[in-house]
Amino acid sequence: MIGLRVNGNRFETESDPETPLLYVLRNEMQLNGAKFGCGLGQCGSCTVLVDNRPVFSCLTPIAMLAEREITTLEGLGSIDNPGPVQRAFIEEQAAQCGYCIPGMIMRAHALLSENSAPDEAIIREALEPSLCRCGTHMRILRAVHRASKGLQEQASAAGESNR
Amino acid sequence: MKILYGLAISLVVLMGLAVVHAVSPRAFEAVERPDPQSFDRATIAHGERLSLIGNCAECHTAEYGEAYAGGRPIPTPFGTIYATNITPDPETGIGTWSQEAFRRSMHEGLDREGEHLYPAFPYHHFAKVTDEDVDAIYAYLMAREPVRNEVPPNELRFPFNLRPLLAGWKLLYLEDERFAALPNADERVNRGAYLVQGLAHCGGCHTPRNALQAERKDQFLRGEVTENWYAPAIAGDVPAAVTWNEKQLADYLSGRWVEEHGVAVGPMAPVAHNLARASEQDVAAISAYIATLMEGDAAEGDAEVTGAVGDRPDSGDIGAAIYAGACAVCHEASPSRFAAGLPLAYSTSLRIPTPLNLIQIIQQGVKPPEGEPGPYMPGFAGAFTDRQIVALASYLRGRFTGLEPWTDIDDVVAEATGERRTGANDAGAAEME
Amino acid sequence: MTTLGQMELSRRTLLKGGGGLVLYFAISPRRLPAQEAPGPTAEPQQLPGSLSDSPFLDSWIRIESDGSITVFTGKAELGQGIRTALTQIAAEQLRVEFSRIELVTADTARTPDEGYTAGSQSMQHSGTAILHAAAYLRRMMIGFAAEALGVSANDLKVEDGVVVSSAGDKRSYGQLVSGRSLHVTVPDQAGFFDPENYTVMGQSLPRVDIPAKLTGQQSYVHDLKLDGMVHARVVRPAKPSARLANLDTSEVEKMPGVLRVVRDGNYLGVIAEGEFQAIKAMQALQSAAQWEGGASLPADADIYEHLMRLPAVSTVVHGPETPTSPPGGARIVEATYTRPYQMHGSIGPSCAVGHFQNGQLTIWSHTQGVYPDRTAIAEMTNMDEQAVRVIHMEGAGCYGHNGADDAAADAALLARALPGRPVRVQWMRDHEHQWEPYGSAMVVKVQGSVLVTGEITSWNYEVWSNPHTTRPGPAGNLLPAQLISGAFQPEAPTNIPLPAGGADRNAVPGYSIANARVVEHFIAEMPLRTSALRSLGAYMNVFALESFMDELAFAASVDPVEFRLARLEDPRARDVVTTAADAFGWNDWARRPGHGRGFAYARYKNLAAYCAVALELDVDRATGRIRIGRAVAACDSGHAVNPDGIRNQIEGGLVQSASWTLFEQVRFDGDGIQSADWAGYPIMRFPSVPETVGVHVIDRPGEPFLGTGEASQGPAAAAIANAVADAIGVRIRDLPLQPERVRTAMQV
Ligand code: FES
Ligand code: FES
Repeated sequence: MIGLRVNGNRFETESDPETPLLYVLRNEMQLNGAKFGCGLGQCGSCTVLVDNRPVFSCLTPIAMLAEREITTLEGLGSIDNPGPVQRAFIEEQAAQCGYCIPGMIMRAHALLSENSAPDEAIIREALEPSLCRCGTHMRILRAVHRASKGLQEQASAAGESNR
Repeated sequence: MKILYGLAISLVVLMGLAVVHAVSPRAFEAVERPDPQSFDRATIAHGERLSLIGNCAECHTAEYGEAYAGGRPIPTPFGTIYATNITPDPETGIGTWSQEAFRRSMHEGLDREGEHLYPAFPYHHFAKVTDEDVDAIYAYLMAREPVRNEVPPNELRFPFNLRPLLAGWKLLYLEDERFAALPNADERVNRGAYLVQGLAHCGGCHTPRNALQAERKDQFLRGEVTENWYAPAIAGDVPAAVTWNEKQLADYLSGRWVEEHGVAVGPMAPVAHNLARASEQDVAAISAYIATLMEGDAAEGDAEVTGAVGDRPDSGDIGAAIYAGACAVCHEASPSRFAAGLPLAYSTSLRIPTPLNLIQIIQQGVKPPEGEPGPYMPGFAGAFTDRQIVALASYLRGRFTGLEPWTDIDDVVAEATGERRTGANDAGAAEME
Repeated sequence: MTTLGQMELSRRTLLKGGGGLVLYFAISPRRLPAQEAPGPTAEPQQLPGSLSDSPFLDSWIRIESDGSITVFTGKAELGQGIRTALTQIAAEQLRVEFSRIELVTADTARTPDEGYTAGSQSMQHSGTAILHAAAYLRRMMIGFAAEALGVSANDLKVEDGVVVSSAGDKRSYGQLVSGRSLHVTVPDQAGFFDPENYTVMGQSLPRVDIPAKLTGQQSYVHDLKLDGMVHARVVRPAKPSARLANLDTSEVEKMPGVLRVVRDGNYLGVIAEGEFQAIKAMQALQSAAQWEGGASLPADADIYEHLMRLPAVSTVVHGPETPTSPPGGARIVEATYTRPYQMHGSIGPSCAVGHFQNGQLTIWSHTQGVYPDRTAIAEMTNMDEQAVRVIHMEGAGCYGHNGADDAAADAALLARALPGRPVRVQWMRDHEHQWEPYGSAMVVKVQGSVLVTGEITSWNYEVWSNPHTTRPGPAGNLLPAQLISGAFQPEAPTNIPLPAGGADRNAVPGYSIANARVVEHFIAEMPLRTSALRSLGAYMNVFALESFMDELAFAASVDPVEFRLARLEDPRARDVVTTAADAFGWNDWARRPGHGRGFAYARYKNLAAYCAVALELDVDRATGRIRIGRAVAACDSGHAVNPDGIRNQIEGGLVQSASWTLFEQVRFDGDGIQSADWAGYPIMRFPSVPETVGVHVIDRPGEPFLGTGEASQGPAAAAIANAVADAIGVRIRDLPLQPERVRTAMQV
């Protein structure tokens, strides 16, 4: 029995300790955000956050995760109340088939929470592990810039109201 | 602490020497950039192949920057040095350098104006290179397109920012002498020795250094830590499960996958990538020479290396679970030639005295050059806690080599991951890989 | 109408009225508002779009008495935004709120049979059908309301599904349909179209599917969860056509969670309770299985010679029977272009869920054709077609015939082996990479000549290619059907005839070139299995043709854009060319070393969307690496229903094509396919995508919808090749433009 903390909730699983997190999320917890793409750490479709850093859930055995903070796409917002990065992606219509986008959003989220104003080169570098086959890259980049702008506006608004 | 103490003493000596030696070298006249057409094509091509052996582009190109336009930060214990622009741009590059000036820089470590260059530029090796070869490299560089790129000033701490100090350093460590042939070796081995000691400057990474960053002659190619990677010994007692033979060395040096040793990773990857395009004979010569330096007899062969060496620890071992869930998919069962990891019993990283390389590989992964097929391993930075890396690394060393456990592993891991998290240049990059 | 090769449907779908772009159609002269003129009467037997196959109104739209509206399409959402665009058309023509329409996509039990969602034809086929059906329905509603209220139709208008008279009397659609049948044929001229007053069509409405996908709702067949569902994995032969010689399954059967090892001839799979358990069992099965024989592939480096030695059916598909010789004094240019096998490479490997219960088989699949897939699965399983239902659910983008249908067949075989429990099967990455049908390797040889005046005096073009469609319909085209005992044989492939074309798609120049001659060499024997990959032969033909146009322009010392315009008559073609060139700033572009600009144009299939691309790039002389800077595309897709959707498709196609063009090549040797994953088949990653991509949509309100999804593949490739030639002064004619090739070219 391994206890996981996912999106703030506790979940216990009977799966083998070596089972990659991806399968526990998708099948046991019914969380669809992380996708299987390669199972080899090459495409980033399965990206989730562990202690706020992006990891490939397809290669992260649950044995490693006891008592660590796991965040999935579902943890960033819901369809009725999407999180700021999700909202930016929706506003930019940054998806074609959309299969790669959850991984992109997770990476973007991790980047922006460390650096709310990354430049283009940093964004590209941060998203490098994630593949998109539809060629949605330009929109994804725009969405990350938009999310970044939103965060900065928010920050400056907060700064003003604090004054 | 001890190192610092040694450093301080050496510095005093250096300063003294510098004072004694304080005659400023002369400047060469700025020349008109030579007409690219004035060099013959064969010389340029020869120069290009040599530049690949010298790995010039690697240091003199910033990430995603234009080739040879400089700007790449090179971390040293004394601060950061920025590689110079060596395109023939008259203002920001070497467009106004005469052939003579270029030769002097390669052999004596002085720029056109007579300023001392830092030995991050390995002129103490290049001193061995013949004038003819230096001139070919000059031709190759001067025939390229100039690129305007102002390189940031070095960020060195006092007193290392004082270039005259370098005069003292050179007095101690620079021998301005061309290569002398080895008496008991054939032409091929001699060619290899000429390249290894000179242009290829292998010792720059692989030879242990003293406190003033000078290579220790008595420890030639015996393994050293450089830029957070351990460049293993490639002479003497070499850490490998299977003794290297010439063919394996040549394949490895050309960036190819070698079944018994894997593929060049870390800072060695670009070296091999460049050598892949250099002259095949030269790479073979390098391999022949290196093979003579290694102990052990490849002809005899080694005991066959199969799966596990040490005991499999019980399944309660977190290292074992991590290996099974994160590593085995490629290192044991991969259906892909490119994602197929080295069976870890062959891993050199598990056999060197420090877990540094293993940790680096786990964190950063292995990647072929952009857009090209090649061995691939994802980076796991962020996935593991320090404790988990320690557990995994210890498990791998125990299971696959049977060697004594690493003793300093906790510190090395803490330092490697801590540094990654706060490192100025690559914090983001490393995590995201 | 079940094949990709389907001829383009009626281009008189929408016809121009007297002057301007406003179009009018009528149900019948009796109902015509005074100002409407009757449409031209042409070929009344052929209904527009997919109505020609499914003419009944209620196949497309149903309205319940409570007013709820359901629209049906036999096409599938593939990430191209079709859900949104089709709903827009229906909402516009029905005059109801966009959000009130429920759209049901491809399901053999519910929707019309529209064959494959392929060839960028969803808008022409389904869009046109829904346009007419919805317009007709609105006219019907107005007619019913006129009767009910006793007023003239001219006196009525529709507001959000309610017919309102000038006096303020109202009848909702729900009230009006109650008790009436919509099972009527939609007539040829179904309604009136009034593009100037459109409020929904032509708007860039946000896509309806995106929020769910971006918040982790169940959006893909991969996400489908059914009660009692179990997980399966397949094991494929070591090489194509290898035989399963030996297998002891006893160990695997004992593994935790394993429910069934399925073996049938050379077909092998395993079903387990948990997904990771299925994977572990699959790995064990893989190492236990011993395979014998199998096809030995040639080396990938020799593939072009190998292909050209195979028997081919050669046909002059355009121009004179014999080649025209270049006249004296003309400059002769000869060139051979090659393109390797390339793959679809969906980011999500193929997946399907099967459920076999009480003799009924249900398959959830991301197939592009639920009906043809059903036919093939029924044949393979020897079941009655009526006992098989195939329901489309989205997958990751497929870009043509990938592993989807084969995975659906896997689900059928595996579900039948475990009746009563839904079985979800997903391919591993190496299955997808090694077993999907690839886009064909191709060779083009061109010889042409040009005078110093810039006149093209001869044009002899030959293309060699494997098939571009081997889709199911016949069971033999399903991979699993070829593996089971009593194996089905693949059907002899045929080429898709022009004008759409397969191997020769876009091989005929769209320029006026006297005596242009085009020969197609169709090679049916496939060293590697091939099928439809986005744009089929057009990618290669446009790459070759548009590279060659540049080569001729260079030989004649004429600016490439001018050279093209000089022989383009179609004003819409000229428009996209000048729009792209102007937006790029072609005429005041600054040259610098290592930097090049390239231009290319094509009208997809010579009958769908027009697209021109201009871009610039840098070539690193030391490494041979190419960096695309600014790219600009202009596109005319006819009436733009959702301009942002068009932009998304053109931009995505351009980036994808850039990846094909710079990096992609399936690698193989005597041991089999070596491109088993992304390390063996690298595609574009973020650091190398263009700096910017701008898309200019030229809207043509009222003009027929023109397929857009594949329009930028060819022009993007050629524009890159032309820009590389411009940057380094040497032409590279072999795809992909890998660094090594660029370096070698520069040494010449
Ligand atoms: S599925 Fe995990 S990286 Fe591809
Ligand atoms: S949107 Fe389809 S893979 Fe990225």
